[in-house]
Amino acid sequence: MLAGIADTQGIDDLIKLLLGEGYVVMGPGVERNVIQKKEITSVGDLPKGYTDTQTPGSYRLERDLSSPELFSWAVGPASFKNSLFPAKQTLFEGKISKGKASITQKEVPSHKTCFFGIRPCEVAGMAVLAKVMTDGAYPDPQAVSVRKNSLVVAVECGRPAENCFCTSFNTGPMADDGCDIIITEITEGNHRFLIRSGSDAGYAILSRLAYKPALPEDVSARDKVIAKSISAISKSIDQENTPALLARNIGSTIWANIANRCLSCGNCTMVCPTCFCASFEHSNGLEEDFSAVRRWDSCFDSAHSYIHGGSVRTSVASKYRQWMTHKLSTWVDQFGEIGCVGCGRCITWCPVGIDITEETAKIAEGESLHK
Amino acid sequence: MTSANQTSEIEYGNAGETEESPFVPLPYKIVSKHKDTQDIATIAIEPVEGSIKPYKSGQFNMLTAYRVGEVAISISSEPTSAKRIVHTIRDVGAVSHALINSEIGDMIGVRGPFGTDWQTSDPGDADYVVVAGGIGLAPLRGAIFELANQIGKKRKVNLLVGARSPDQIIYVADMRRLEQLGVKVYETVDIADSNWRGSVGLVTELIDKAVFDPSNTKALLCGPEIMIRFTARKLIESGIDPQSILVSLERNMQCGIGLCGHCQLGPYLICRDGPVFTWAPLVKDLLSQKER
Repeated sequence: MLAGIADTQGIDDLIKLLLGEGYVVMGPGVERNVIQKKEITSVGDLPKGYTDTQTPGSYRLERDLSSPELFSWAVGPASFKNSLFPAKQTLFEGKISKGKASITQKEVPSHKTCFFGIRPCEVAGMAVLAKVMTDGAYPDPQAVSVRKNSLVVAVECGRPAENCFCTSFNTGPMADDGCDIIITEITEGNHRFLIRSGSDAGYAILSRLAYKPALPEDVSARDKVIAKSISAISKSIDQENTPALLARNIGSTIWANIANRCLSCGNCTMVCPTCFCASFEHSNGLEEDFSAVRRWDSCFDSAHSYIHGGSVRTSVASKYRQWMTHKLSTWVDQFGEIGCVGCGRCITWCPVGIDITEETAKIAEGESLHK
Repeated sequence: MTSANQTSEIEYGNAGETEESPFVPLPYKIVSKHKDTQDIATIAIEPVEGSIKPYKSGQFNMLTAYRVGEVAISISSEPTSAKRIVHTIRDVGAVSHALINSEIGDMIGVRGPFGTDWQTSDPGDADYVVVAGGIGLAPLRGAIFELANQIGKKRKVNLLVGARSPDQIIYVADMRRLEQLGVKVYETVDIADSNWRGSVGLVTELIDKAVFDPSNTKALLCGPEIMIRFTARKLIESGIDPQSILVSLERNMQCGIGLCGHCQLGPYLICRDGPVFTWAPLVKDLLSQKER
């Protein structure tokens, strides 16, 4: 492992080196008053001085012009899901006439991408999604290509939001698995960044940058950042017991209670970094041409469960139960791991502030009351 | 043609290394068509260039009506080396409507075969009770012919068919062929007409007529979920092991390969883990759970 200390200029050097290596660098920026994933070309594109306040149903971004901090915010609404699994994607195009069909498969992007400044829960979310999209008998070409051609430069979290609960799933605030380079922003003492390699590819890149070697006090300053973040996270879900808890409570009255608040808008599924439901449709040109398009779908849409004769799930209670039990319980049956990484987006972006951690706790409480 | 990826971040050049997509159907041509009932038709298709992998009874294909869309349809032909595939389709939506209104010579797209099967390629020495409700007979057709062709001297194969009315029964010509091969065919309808000489009532009532050794019998069920539940219950009462009852289930399937999330039933993705499941231990509970 290589570990160095950089200042803001050093971050710019890293971005420039990645660009020189042919990577398209996707990193955090500010757009429409939220932290967004954007193509970046210099350290100046990063959201310097921005902090966020997230509570159930609320997100506010503020800027302190005097602050040098680049990464003092938690995740915004858009996850990196869109890279592996675009919100709308043409799968193939064709022309059809009597007795003749010509079909052209759309190529998927094969350029090198660097996911820069991505949070540990995002790295975990991409891994959960990749397991669904690439580990089965029929791997999705886009997800396979993006995984193969991407480099991950993660930033550990120094300022988690109120809705974060990554500590429940060991998906943050520290980064390890699946990262090529790991950055920790240190604000105590001199403002600086501890930059470490997490893979051979990351090592090769860092070895070309003239960072000062990290000293033991830098490493302990980093450890303090992580310890502070861990103690700042108050929400939690019991990873070990929740899958069985929800499986036992399919018939619970909690679902009707949640349905009294849930608008079934589907925001939670759109912002979730692992939700993978998609619908397929043919989109026609004026001639004989058409294209087959895949779009994100949501289990909160009544058409999601439609079979001839009607939808299987029509009530809001049944839709919310489907979403939450899939995420926290049946995902384990289907893919061998839980489908949640604790990013907190579904809590922040729920217009009525339904909190998946609180609802899980209520189910557990309801069960213990009846014992 | 420009890049079709309409999300802004990924409109970069392609090196052309794209792997073969599991979403692209193979072109097949409709070679024959038979109208079974007012809203059900059976089509036979043959490959135009390249064919799908060999299939087993009970598996399904994703059929594309170009410019309309794609639906999951079970395979109704008996698995043989022939490239011809038979599908029976009920007109219930835009895609199925387009498929059954296609003409001989028209092209459709095929992806598959997907899902689990009835395990009838090697039936051992078991007796069989095959129970179908309405178009639920379609996914069972290949299995019944496989069993009929391996009937031997001792095996008892019972086909129990329920339909709303006599004109709703599909594969009428097949029934006579199956009887000649030694299959006992029992039919019942909810509402008879003046020509009907069979039973009137629920398909569960036919189980009493069937002859089988419950200790060595396999049951294959497909039809409305309510029919599956009551039939399974009656079969268990008559001594069949719940593990020997196989059922074929249906949910919205849009990809066929476990990537679209629509066909979930609790812990299962029906396209990937089904559509054919053993009744016990889990499916029994999942189907008795109110989902609405």
